[in-house]
Amino acid sequence: MRPIPHNPSMPTPTEAPALRPGDFLRHGLIVAGFNTFLGLVLALNREGPWHVQMVYAQSIGLSIWALMDFGRLLVRIDPETGWPAGWRRIALQGSSILAGYVLGSSFADLLYDRPLLEMWRASPRSVLSYLLICIAVSGAISFFFYARGKDQMRLRQLAAAQRDAAENQLKLLESQLEPHMLFNTLANLRVLIALDPPRAQLMLDRLIAFLRATLSASRAPWHPLSAEFERVQDYLALMQVRMGERLQPVLDLPAELADRPVPPLLLQPLVENAIKHGLEPHVEGGRLRVSARREGDQLVLRVRDTGAGLPADPAEVPAEGTRFGLSQVRRRLATLYGEAAAFELAPAPDAEGGALATIRLPWSPAA
Amino acid sequence: MKATALIAEDEPLLAANLKAELQALWPGLEIVASVAHGEAAVQQALALRPQLLFLDIRMPGMTGLEAAQAIAEDWPHDGSALPVVVFVTAYDEYALQAFDQAAVDYVLKPVQPARLAQACERVQAVLARRTPADAGAVESALGQLRQLLGSGLRPAAAGAPPLVVIQAAIGPVIHMVPVAEVLYFEAADKYVRVITAEREYLVRTALRELLPQLDAQRFWQIHRGTVVRSDAIATALRDEAGKVTLTLRGHPDKLGVSRLYAHRFKPM
Repeated sequence: MRPIPHNPSMPTPTEAPALRPGDFLRHGLIVAGFNTFLGLVLALNREGPWHVQMVYAQSIGLSIWALMDFGRLLVRIDPETGWPAGWRRIALQGSSILAGYVLGSSFADLLYDRPLLEMWRASPRSVLSYLLICIAVSGAISFFFYARGKDQMRLRQLAAAQRDAAENQLKLLESQLEPHMLFNTLANLRVLIALDPPRAQLMLDRLIAFLRATLSASRAPWHPLSAEFERVQDYLALMQVRMGERLQPVLDLPAELADRPVPPLLLQPLVENAIKHGLEPHVEGGRLRVSARREGDQLVLRVRDTGAGLPADPAEVPAEGTRFGLSQVRRRLATLYGEAAAFELAPAPDAEGGALATIRLPWSPAA
Repeated sequence: MKATALIAEDEPLLAANLKAELQALWPGLEIVASVAHGEAAVQQALALRPQLLFLDIRMPGMTGLEAAQAIAEDWPHDGSALPVVVFVTAYDEYALQAFDQAAVDYVLKPVQPARLAQACERVQAVLARRTPADAGAVESALGQLRQLLGSGLRPAAAGAPPLVVIQAAIGPVIHMVPVAEVLYFEAADKYVRVITAEREYLVRTALRELLPQLDAQRFWQIHRGTVVRSDAIATALRDEAGKVTLTLRGHPDKLGVSRLYAHRFKPM
């Protein structure tokens, strides 16, 4: 089976889990490094053995880190950054710093056999100064971790978006140069060369025009509606050689609409669809009518077939390829016209059956 | 070597060309029919009984593979050999893999005369080996077809949990029919008949779309149009011609098993 088509305007969520074990370890090591540095600075400024400041710095720093980093496992985090969003993040970080300070200093007190929280009674001033250092340093480090998480998320999204874009470009080309259509056309051409050389030349000219249009469609943003109809005509002429009587095309372009600008090959996927899912599977074949009309301040393009019709449950059948073709049409309309354009695929409203695809464009796209 | 063949190809130019190329390569080959869609291929093949079939894969209505299955299933039980099948396709990488695995012959469009000649030689060798009433030839042709039908050519439910209830409409009422109570499913044009011990329902879906949603251990396909719940089968009876018929527990219907699936019913 082919992969499920997805909408590239919404980048797929990145597969990487928000909390990875490696991140915890990396955070812990960075924190321990800072603690060491801080312990050395404090030891140089104070009396007494150097290792005391170091132990207090490590104990408090690592407690804060553990509470904050592993605390993320207990609260709801934003899967994109790996951190809680908004006030939850402030609350997690603030409470971790305070609790970590109390926990870490008590642990160090125990190690040095000091009465718990002795300093809080002896010298509240120095407790406050330690606490402020602690808040400044932990605040800076945790902001750094948060910013880094967000950054990595952005990079992952960017990579995913680029991958999607490339994949879509490839699928677009594949859907336009459908190999089955191409090889069947070549097979017919091969037969015609021996049978009817002038007709073979005509068919080859159609194929060349079709290929040229398909490959360069993305280069120009607009072309006149008459050119769009000519491309449809090329394609239908190729299909008519293949399908013979089973395909009866009618093209209806009023002269006054010939110069209206339209995005190139907008109708192509709809015409292909009508043939592939409407007329080709239908034993008797049928008519295919492509028309353009002005209706009020809209330019209305219709592709109608009298073929097999749409499946009863629209969710079930349309095959992968079709859904891609149709979503491609919707996406192009949305990009070029926003809300002003509409696309609809529905059962044809009369007794002949088949399907009717309708595109409504604003009459003046520049407005 | 004299032989008879049928061509099924929906594109008129390609059908005419294949016929011309074949006549040039194999003067003894008589093209008894050239048809433009799957149903016609089945009907003509059963009526004219050619020895060789050239089947296009993508055709209106029924695919070449579905036509090959229908022909094998409906071919009379009179000991005559099944036709040799050569598939014709423009582009279908999945199909090509399956053909290679099942050792089924195929030619790619545009048809290259050298490749077609090769296929003809192989077919001639197969036909030459065949003796009247050769049961082995039938069995090997069936084996190839079984393998093709079982391969990736058909959509498989990709890990999706099997269906639990069938939602069948009768007038404005939707009946929720537990799949576990279904005795068998039978294809009826674009519908499927769902038969339980009490009554039957009609759902608007094709059997080929329903099939991948059923638990393959429980529901056995016994014919292109019939899928039966295996624990609802009471007996399987094989007649002198080798045709297998099933009876059900708690239901009078008798179900015919096609020769493609008859190998499932053997004593343990």
